[in-house]
Amino acid sequence: MSDTPPQTETVTFTLNGKAVEAEKGELVIKAAERAGVYIPHFCYHPRMKPVGMCRMCIVDIDSGRGPALQPSCMIEVAPDMVVNTESEGTKKAQDGVLEFLLLNHPLDCPVCDKGGECPLQDQTIAYGPGESRFVEEKRHHAKPIAISQNVYLDRERCILCDRCTRFAKEVAGDPLIHFTERGSSTEIATFPDDPFSSYFSGNTVQICPVGALTARPYRFKARPWDLVENESTCTSCSVGCRVSVQTSRDRVLRYQGVDVDPVNWSWLCDKGRFDFEAVHGDERLGAPLLRRDGALADASWNEALGAAAGHLRTALETGGRGSIAVIGGARLTNESAYAWAKLAKGVLGTDHVDAQLGDGLPAAAVLGLPRATVDDVCAPGGTVLLVAPDLKEELPVLYLRLRHAVVSDGARVVELSPTATGITPHAAVSLRHRPGETAAVVRALLAGGEAPAGVDPDAVAAARDLLAGDDLTVVLGRSSLAESAAGPVAAAAAVLEARPGARFLSALRRANVHGALDLGLAPGVLPGRVALDDGRDWFTSHWGSVPAAAGLDTAGILAAAADGRIETLVLLGADPLADFPDADLARRGLEGARSVISVDLYRNASNEHADVVLAAAGYAEVDGTTTNLEGRVSRVSQRVNPPGTARADWIIAAELAFRLGEDLGVESVADLWAEIEQVAPAFAGLTADRLASAAATDGFVVPLPAEAAPEAEPDEAAEGDGDAGEPGVTQPTAEAVSEPADAPATEIVAGADEDAAADDVEDAAADEPGPDRPALLSFAAGAPGEAPAATDAYSLRLVVNRRLYDRGTLVAHSPSLADLAPPAVVHLTPKDHDRIGVGVAGVTEVRIRSARGDVIVPAVADKGLAPGTAALAFRQPGADAATLLDAAAPVTDVRIESVEGGGS
Amino acid sequence: MSDTPPVDDATPAPDATPRELPRVVTSRWGLDDSHTLERYEATGGYQALRSVLDKAPQAVVDEVKAASLLGRGGAGFPAGVKWGFCPPGVWPRYLVVNGDESEPGTYKDRILMERDPHQLIEGVLIACYAVGCAQAFLYVRGEMALAQERIAAALNEAYAAGYVGKNILGSDFSVDVVLHWGAGAYIVGEETALIESLEGNRGMPRLKPPYFPAAQGLYLKPTIVNNVETLSNLPWILTNGADAFSALGAESSRGTRLFAVSGHVAEPGVFEVEFGTTTYRDLIYEHAGGIRDGNELKCFIPGGASAPWFFEEHLDLPLETGAVGKAGSMMGSGAIVVMDHTTDAVKACWKVVKFFAHESCGKCTPCREGTDWLEKILERILHGHGRPEDLDLLLDVCDNISPGLAWPPRQTTICPLGPSAVSPVNSAIVRFRDEFEAYIARAEPPAVATVGGPVPVDIRVGASS
Repeated sequence: MSDTPPQTETVTFTLNGKAVEAEKGELVIKAAERAGVYIPHFCYHPRMKPVGMCRMCIVDIDSGRGPALQPSCMIEVAPDMVVNTESEGTKKAQDGVLEFLLLNHPLDCPVCDKGGECPLQDQTIAYGPGESRFVEEKRHHAKPIAISQNVYLDRERCILCDRCTRFAKEVAGDPLIHFTERGSSTEIATFPDDPFSSYFSGNTVQICPVGALTARPYRFKARPWDLVENESTCTSCSVGCRVSVQTSRDRVLRYQGVDVDPVNWSWLCDKGRFDFEAVHGDERLGAPLLRRDGALADASWNEALGAAAGHLRTALETGGRGSIAVIGGARLTNESAYAWAKLAKGVLGTDHVDAQLGDGLPAAAVLGLPRATVDDVCAPGGTVLLVAPDLKEELPVLYLRLRHAVVSDGARVVELSPTATGITPHAAVSLRHRPGETAAVVRALLAGGEAPAGVDPDAVAAARDLLAGDDLTVVLGRSSLAESAAGPVAAAAAVLEARPGARFLSALRRANVHGALDLGLAPGVLPGRVALDDGRDWFTSHWGSVPAAAGLDTAGILAAAADGRIETLVLLGADPLADFPDADLARRGLEGARSVISVDLYRNASNEHADVVLAAAGYAEVDGTTTNLEGRVSRVSQRVNPPGTARADWIIAAELAFRLGEDLGVESVADLWAEIEQVAPAFAGLTADRLASAAATDGFVVPLPAEAAPEAEPDEAAEGDGDAGEPGVTQPTAEAVSEPADAPATEIVAGADEDAAADDVEDAAADEPGPDRPALLSFAAGAPGEAPAATDAYSLRLVVNRRLYDRGTLVAHSPSLADLAPPAVVHLTPKDHDRIGVGVAGVTEVRIRSARGDVIVPAVADKGLAPGTAALAFRQPGADAATLLDAAAPVTDVRIESVEGGGS
Repeated sequence: MSDTPPVDDATPAPDATPRELPRVVTSRWGLDDSHTLERYEATGGYQALRSVLDKAPQAVVDEVKAASLLGRGGAGFPAGVKWGFCPPGVWPRYLVVNGDESEPGTYKDRILMERDPHQLIEGVLIACYAVGCAQAFLYVRGEMALAQERIAAALNEAYAAGYVGKNILGSDFSVDVVLHWGAGAYIVGEETALIESLEGNRGMPRLKPPYFPAAQGLYLKPTIVNNVETLSNLPWILTNGADAFSALGAESSRGTRLFAVSGHVAEPGVFEVEFGTTTYRDLIYEHAGGIRDGNELKCFIPGGASAPWFFEEHLDLPLETGAVGKAGSMMGSGAIVVMDHTTDAVKACWKVVKFFAHESCGKCTPCREGTDWLEKILERILHGHGRPEDLDLLLDVCDNISPGLAWPPRQTTICPLGPSAVSPVNSAIVRFRDEFEAYIARAEPPAVATVGGPVPVDIRVGASS
C-alpha cells in the first residue's frame, strides 16, 4: 500500500549525545519518540496543536545559544540542535512540574476510573517526586458534575491541560467547554444552560490524561487491569474507525479509538463509542423464535432452522427461484455476507437480493465509480465536491477529517445540499438546491449552462472557479431520502462526463453496506464487484449455478411481495417497516409475502410479521472483516460470546443450505475468507496472512494495487502453473492472479449442485481450463431520467435527511444514547414559516400532507434551507417521515398547513 | 491665550536640578481643568496634529525615529522602529493603546489619562496618521474609573470638535477611536493578552511566534500596540522637534520619563525626570522628599513588583536600563516602591507573591500551582505555623519556577509572570532570612508596620503642588 512516505527533508540533531534524523519541521517531542526517547507530557497530543501548557515536556534544548529548558512540544528540530532529556536541569524541572500538578490533585486513585491507565500516575512513578512537600489544604470542588448526558467532570482531578477544550474547539468544532476563573482557581466549565452536547464528547474522556472526565456508560464498571481488549473496526456507520473493544467477564464495557492514519486518527463519534450497550441490550434475542398459534415463541435451533428451510423449500417448489427474496445484509461481516450471497444466488438461485433498503445508491454506481479514499478527499489543498448527506450526522468521523482538511490543510469544499449541514460553515461555497435538481446543478457547475432557478448564481460562479481544476474528488450520497437515487447517480454521470478523472467516495452510511455490495448482496452483481453477466461463467464454475437474470432491489422486492409474487422473504438484519423510506409499501410487502424469515439481533417492527426469527450473533461476538466506504477491508474481532444460542450469520446460512441438501463448503470464517480471496475478483491477493499482518491495522483498500496483489501468490502460481498465461484475458482491472481452479471450495460446490444447475446455467460448470476471472464492474451512465415535474404553487418539496441519534437499533438499544434522539420537527424557510402561520395564535405544529399520507409535527424556521423546500428527519421520535414517501416517485412534494394548538 | 507656549511653565520644574527641564508630558498637570478640551486647546493642544496633517506620514515616522523615543511600557523598544514593522500593503492596520497599567506601584499612565486625556488622544491621532490606521482601540484598565470617564468625555469633545472621526480637521484623514474597558487582569498588560481580551477572549498571552502583533495582531491584522506615556510624548515631539527631545536624557535613553514613587516616602508621586541621568537617590530623596518620618531605608523595588529588590547600596545607580540590569534588577514600568526599616519583610514578600498568585492566568503549571503554593507557605509562616524547612522549600519551589534563581530569570513557564513572584521571595530570604527565622521560631518579629492594602497617594505634580 502507501508504504513510501512522502518525500520530506530530513534534519540531523543531537539527542542525548547521539545523532538522530528527524523530518524537517517535526517537533522535538515527536522526533525523540520516534528515536526511542520518550519525553513525558500531558497537554501535548499528536492530533492537536501544541499549546505548551503543562510544561511536563520541558527538556534542555540548545539551539546555538546554550542549553535552555524549553517545551519540546513547541520547538521544531533544527540542524545542529542539541537536546538533552536526561540533564540534571531537565530532571529537576520534570520533578517540579509533577509536584506542582499533584499539589491539588486528590489522589483518589483507588476509586478513579483512570487509575491503572493514568498518565499522571504513570509519569509520577517514572519521573516524579517520591512524596509531596505540600502540607496545605487541597482545592475542593463539587464532584463530579455532568457536563453532558454522558460525560462527567471532576474538577479536583483536572490538571488543566487544555486537551478536552482544545479538542472541542479545534477538532470537533463544538467549543462548548472552556476555562473559567483564573490562576489556581481555573476550572473547566460549560456555558450556562448549554451542555457539552457534542457528537464527539466521548473523545475528551479518552484523551483526558487524568480521571477528570469520565464517561457515564463506563463509570465504575471495571478497573483497567481487568479489561481484555481486541483491536477491531467500528461498524456503527461505514467510516470504519479502528477501535479497541474492551471487555471484562464476557461483557463489552468500553470502546476506545485507535489511531490509524488513513481513517479515524483515534477519534470516535459518541454513537460509535457508546452504542456498545446495544451488544448486551436487554431485548437481545438469545434463541430462535417460531410462530406457533399465531405468536412468536422460543424454539430450538433445530425446529427453527427446519421451519425456515421448509419455507424456502416450499417457495422453490411452488414459486420457483424468483419467489424468494433477501433484504438486508449491511450488518454482516464480509464473510457472512459472502455466505449469504452464495446461499441466495448459488443455492437458492434468486437474484432478488439487496443489502440496501431503498435509502442508498444502486450497486452499479457504488461499485463501478472510480474510487477515492478518505485521504484523497481530505488531501491538503484539494477541492472536494459534496453531493452527500450531512456528514456530521451520518458519517461523523469523516466530517472530522474533512473539517480538519478545510480548517488546517487548505482543502476547499463545494457543497451541494438542500439544507445547511455541519460542514456548511467550512464550505468555500455551499449551494442550496431542491431535490430533483441535483444533476442539473452539477452540470451547471462543471459543464456550464444555466443553474436551476432559485440556486444562487453568485455561488454557482464561485463554485465554478473552485471546480475548474481536473483533480476533483466527490463525496456521493443521498442528501434526501425523498429524492430518488437517480438524482445523485445522474449527478455522478454528469461529473464523469465533465471531469473524466474525478474520483468518488461513497457516503452510504450503513455499517458494512460496502462489504455487502462488494460480496454480492445486491441485484445484478456477484461477489468481488462483478456484474452478474460478466461473472456468470466464473461463478458457475465455482458455485455450480448463478441466477439467470438480474433481480429486484428492495423497492422492487417489496412491490412484488405486495403483489403476491414473493413466497418467502428473508430479512437479513433488516427492518423495512422502520427503515424503508416508503412505509406503506413496506407494510404491504411484508403482509404480501407468504412467509417471512428474519435473521436479527433484536425483535423489531418487521420481524413481528415473521414466521421464523433466527437469533444472530452481532458485533464483538464474531470474527471476520468489514469494508468501509473507501473499500478498505479491516478486521473485526470477537471478544464476547453471543447471548444464549445466537449464531453467526454465516453459520445460519450454512445450516439452511445443509437443510436444503446443499453444502456451502465452509466450516470457519477462515474458510470463507480463503474462498473470497480466491473467488471474488476485487479481493484477489488479500490473503489471510496479509490480514493478520501488522499492516492490517490500517486495513487494505481493495482491489489491491497491481504491485501488491501478486506478492501473495507464489504458492498458487506454482500450483496453478498449467492454467497460467492463458491467451485472451480481457479483463482490465483484475490483476494478474492466476487461476485458482483447484480450490477445494470449488469442487465441493460444483459437486453438490447437480440438481440445481439445469435451470439457470446454459453452460455446464467447470470444464477443464476454467473460465476467466471476470473484470470488475465499471460505472456506465444510464439515460438521464426525466426531470421531475415542477412543484405546484401550493406545495413545498420535501427533504428527508437523517440525524445521528434516531430510533435505529443501535441507538434505541443503548440506554445512554436513546433519549438523545431529538424529536421530529419540520424545518421551514423563515418565509414559509411565517406564511403558514407558525408561532401565531398558539400554533406550533403543522400537518404535512403528501400523496401517501400525513404527519403532524412541530415546525421551526431555518435560514439554511433551500427556497421552496421543507426538511424533516427520518426515524425520529414523534413522527414517521416514511409515511409521506413513495418509493417510486423521484421527488415528494408536500402541502403544509398549520394545526391549531390542542389538535383540532 | 493664543500665545500660550506649548509647555506650561506656570508651575515649578519637576526636579531640583539646576537645569530647567522642559515638561514634555506633565505640563498641564497642575491645572484644575487640564482634562477639558478648552484648556487643552488654550495650552497649545491639537497644534501638533494640525502640523502633522501637512506632512507625509513617513515624515512623521522619521521625526519620531530621530527623537529616539523608546516605548514607555517597560520593554523600551524604539517607537518609530516598531511602527515600521507592519508588513507593507496589508490593511487594515490597527493602533491599540495599552492603558492597562497594572504593575503594582505604577500609576503614571493613570494620571496621564486622568489629567491630560486630550494629549493622549492627540498622540493617538498622530500615531494613526503615521502608521496608516483608521481605527484605534484605547484599552483602559478596568479599575481606573476616573481615567475611563475623563477619556470618554474627552473623546466626545474631540469628536464634536472634529479632531476625531471622519475627515479630521477637513483633511481626508479619518480615525475612529474605540474606548474599551478592561475587566481587571494584570496579565492583560502584556500586549498579546491585551489583544486577546480586546477580541473578547480570555486574557492569556498568545504563543509566539507567529503572533507578533505588528504582523498579526488584533483580528490577525497588523497592529501597533503603544503605551499611554509613549503616545503622550508625540504632541511635544512633533511641536518641538526631534532634536529638542533627543537633547534630553542619556545616550541610550532619550527624553524625559515618568517615575511613580510610592511607599514609605514623605511625598509620594509621579515625577517627570530626565531619562538616564537621574539616580534613585535623586528620585527618592529629592523628588519624593526622602523616607517618611525620618526613618531609614530598608529596601526598595526599583521597577515594578516583579523586580528583585534594591537596597541602600543601589541608591546611586542612574535610572537607566543597562545599569539597573547589571545590578541585578530592572527598571520595568518605572514604579519605585520604597520600604523603610519598619517594614516586615516577610509580610511584604507575602503581599507581592499574593498579588502574582492572584493574577496568574492559570495557563501553565509552574506559575498556576507554584505561585499559589508560595503564597500558602508564606501565609502559614505569617500565621505562626512555619517550619524550619520552609525556607529551603520556598527557595526550591522558586527554583522549579525559575531555575537557578538567576537574573534575568530563566523560566519553566510560558511568560515571565511566574518568575515575577520568585523575585520578592528570593530577595527577601537572601537579605532578611533572620526575619523569616524569627517567625518560624515564633519569636517576636522585629517591630513592624503593616504593609496593608494600597495607601491612597496624593498625586503631586513635580516637587510640590
